[in-house]
Amino acid sequence: MFGTHESSPLVRRRVALGSAVAVIGVLLLALRLWDLQVIRGEQMAGLSENNRVRLRRVPATRGRVVDRVGKVLIDSQASFDAVLVPEDARDLPSTVEMLAQFLHQSAGETQAILDRAAGRPPFQEVLVKRNLDFDEVAALETHQLELPGVSLRITPSRNYPYGPTLAHVLGYVGEVTQDELDRDRRYRPGDVIGKAGLEKSWERYLRGEHGGQQVEVDALGRELRVLDEEEALPGDTLVLSIDLELQQAAEAALGEEAGAIVALDPRNGDVLAMVSRPAFDPNQFTGGIKPELWRQLTQHERHPLNARATQGQYPPGSTFKIIMATAALQEGIVNPFTRIHCSGHLPFGNHDFRCWKKGGHGSMNVHDALVNSCDVFFYQVGQRLGIDTIARYARAFGLGAPTGIEIGTERGGVIPDSAWKKRVFKQPWFAGETLSAAIGQGYVTATPLQMAEAAATIATGRRFKPRLVQRVEAIDGSLVKAVDPEAVMTLPVRQTALKQVQEALADVVAHGTGKRAALPDVAVAGKTGTSQVVTLGKERIPAAKLKWSQRDHAWFVAYAPADDPAIAIATLVEHAAGGGGGAVAAPITKQVLQTFFRLREERAPQRYAQN
Amino acid sequence: MLRIDRRLIAHIEWPLLFLALIVTSVGLVTILSATHHSERLLSPYVIRQASFLGLALVVMVLAIGVDYRSLNRYAYALYAAAVVALLMVPLIGVSGGGARRWLNLGPFGLQPSEFMKVALIVALAHQLHRAAGERRLPLRSLIIPGVLTAVPAALILKQPDLGSAIALAMGAFTLLVIAGLPMRLLVIVALIIGPLLPYGWHHLKPYQQRRLTSFVDPEADPLGSGYHVLQSQIAIGSGQLHGKGYLRGTQNKLNFLPEQHTDFIFSVYAEEWGFVGAALLLVLYLALILRGAYIASRARDNLGALLAAGLTGTIFWQMAINIAMTSGVVPVVGITLPFLSYGGSSMLALFAAIGLLMNVSMRRYTF
Repeated sequence: MFGTHESSPLVRRRVALGSAVAVIGVLLLALRLWDLQVIRGEQMAGLSENNRVRLRRVPATRGRVVDRVGKVLIDSQASFDAVLVPEDARDLPSTVEMLAQFLHQSAGETQAILDRAAGRPPFQEVLVKRNLDFDEVAALETHQLELPGVSLRITPSRNYPYGPTLAHVLGYVGEVTQDELDRDRRYRPGDVIGKAGLEKSWERYLRGEHGGQQVEVDALGRELRVLDEEEALPGDTLVLSIDLELQQAAEAALGEEAGAIVALDPRNGDVLAMVSRPAFDPNQFTGGIKPELWRQLTQHERHPLNARATQGQYPPGSTFKIIMATAALQEGIVNPFTRIHCSGHLPFGNHDFRCWKKGGHGSMNVHDALVNSCDVFFYQVGQRLGIDTIARYARAFGLGAPTGIEIGTERGGVIPDSAWKKRVFKQPWFAGETLSAAIGQGYVTATPLQMAEAAATIATGRRFKPRLVQRVEAIDGSLVKAVDPEAVMTLPVRQTALKQVQEALADVVAHGTGKRAALPDVAVAGKTGTSQVVTLGKERIPAAKLKWSQRDHAWFVAYAPADDPAIAIATLVEHAAGGGGGAVAAPITKQVLQTFFRLREERAPQRYAQN
Repeated sequence: MLRIDRRLIAHIEWPLLFLALIVTSVGLVTILSATHHSERLLSPYVIRQASFLGLALVVMVLAIGVDYRSLNRYAYALYAAAVVALLMVPLIGVSGGGARRWLNLGPFGLQPSEFMKVALIVALAHQLHRAAGERRLPLRSLIIPGVLTAVPAALILKQPDLGSAIALAMGAFTLLVIAGLPMRLLVIVALIIGPLLPYGWHHLKPYQQRRLTSFVDPEADPLGSGYHVLQSQIAIGSGQLHGKGYLRGTQNKLNFLPEQHTDFIFSVYAEEWGFVGAALLLVLYLALILRGAYIASRARDNLGALLAAGLTGTIFWQMAINIAMTSGVVPVVGITLPFLSYGGSSMLALFAAIGLLMNVSMRRYTF
């Protein structure tokens, strides 16, 4: 490389150009510093002197939740919060003591709040108490001069206008915990976060985005002016598939009983109503639930926090015979004319399996066995099907696994088979256990939501994933997310077999065990169930003579109209006092169905007809 | 080949070395103030930074030792090693402050993005030094340099480390301009995009703006960063003409400044030394950069010129963006101030760059 001892002229020209850019850049920076340090220096020094700029979070208004016709189920109201900037308090211990007195907290409680906020940036406010009542607001207002550093903030707080209605579905909110703070850097101490139900599972859409203000304050911490503001963005609106009026009717129908009702649209999986009773009032959680209230809720004999519709697992009892009959017809174990004799009991091994009807039903085909809910018929059918085939059909109806509904911790119930028994108990399956399973007892359990899904499955031959949220809308009404109906499964059963079971279920209500669910103008199809909680000797003891927790559960699953199903429903009454499914659960179901058809007539027909 | 040449010793590049050492000393003094909270005289940060400097000087001597023209042969190997290190970050990296930027090497954490800046310039200089000549670069010769830059920039952006990605890209861009990127192209692109940017931005809804910023930098806290910039501006401004005096910066002492010893060290310095001190620091930086440019323009070949110009450009942009950020001219992107901010990887990479610059300068007279 002899010859040229330097770089190209173009390169050198460009280097000169670059140097000029650097000189100009440094000059511009110097100008900026001159502006900050000399021209505005005094003002900046003033600001830094006792640093009067505070950063304040402007909480976003959480999104609303409305039912399918737009009735508001959750919104937000203004509430007063007490906040404190410890650096601004003249005498912190006495301020804490006074605050505690005005806010009805112990001084220890207030101090604990301050301790928790120890790591925050200086001069940032600490939330002392949320949702003050009128007296507390008045007390702080009148004593403002004695409480430097303390101020009131108006913030949106969660409001559930219908109280306990839909409590387990909607869930509730609370203050974010340290655990949640570590998991998501978006939150700050004192923020509100969904803790249960839709409030929790749809948090991402409901929370919105917090804004912030840079505020200049005086030496006492009183606000002078807002220097800069970043607006908060409100959360999105959830439009549910729930029909509030139907929900209220279902709650009224269940009355004081503990239990659950789930109503679905079998054509798309829409959850029209979902009742779990007893319930709680989610308003009590807004602004932090009082410890004694929490104790009451958690120690109550009937566990009001338990979302029975999705978390309660009960033996399905005779409602399980829908699945047995379908399996028997499809597998060719019986045909519509096969007759089995019921003498009131079936000896098996060293055990005597009894039919609920002491004298027996006599000779029955599958249709009559369903209509009269004959146990012996299904013992025999179960024996021939075998547990693994039963389990296969039960799963096809949606039992044995969570449905995937988007609220909280859903339970999946149990559909036992020989592999399950081996895994859980390290024992082989015993043939006698098949007989219990055949009438929905023994290890078999299901949630009311699963039984509603099973009713929808037999009604249409297809199953949809339950859909609670139809769509998410932004505050201006524009669509953020649409949740489409999701078909999960087509029942692997011949149309003729399906038809035979459906006809039997219509007769159950027309003149069988489910008579009390019959409507005058609409054909209803259904199945009763009475599931035993404990085995007490040989005889069934009348419910009135038993302790509450030992009484049977009453079931009724149904769909209507029988020839063109628009609603599928499961009703469970826990430990029913008044008898079994036909006596207790069927009349409750009837009331819900009545309301459903009344509403369908009153409203524009297309609302329910959307497929 | 390592060859000790008397002419080499005679032409040691003293001015650049002195400037770098002076600015680094200012950094040590300021880090002491930024991290001095207890009664202990020396904070552990100062001790560590001083030992990084010792190590960095060794790296610098190595970078001087080998003729940059023979080093050129290893340009791609160096580049590949840095890319591999970057690739390892998401796999076995250590996270801190919500991002994964570090590789753990026993007692040290290594930040591959710092070395990438040097390796990229070496690779680009190698790639372009033949094409750079009397005429402007043809457009297709920009494809490989574009890919060489985009790959590490994307990897660094993923960490996420927007600041380092910008510094890397600006350094590469400077080198391309020096190598003869057609000015017409630059002007056309600037004329089209420039006016559209703010126009488009203001027509976005606030939530769209936030989505965009959080797309580019998901860890950004729009409220917090605004607050930090304000506090940083107050710190700088309240220094006024003469400063509050060493160790007397209240914004710094009361913890109003975030990342006092790294990204926002300039605010600490400017609060305590005022406009006089800040201007003096700017003069030092300018002198260092102009010296780098001088080395570039007097290099004995295009390779040396591009190498020197690219390294100098990287240092300039990082300095300018950091000071513009702390004084509230540009948004907070998270970028350190060269030679001043605390950090071992940054120190090693910077003195490797200084070593290469000296290398180019000293071999002007050798054949």
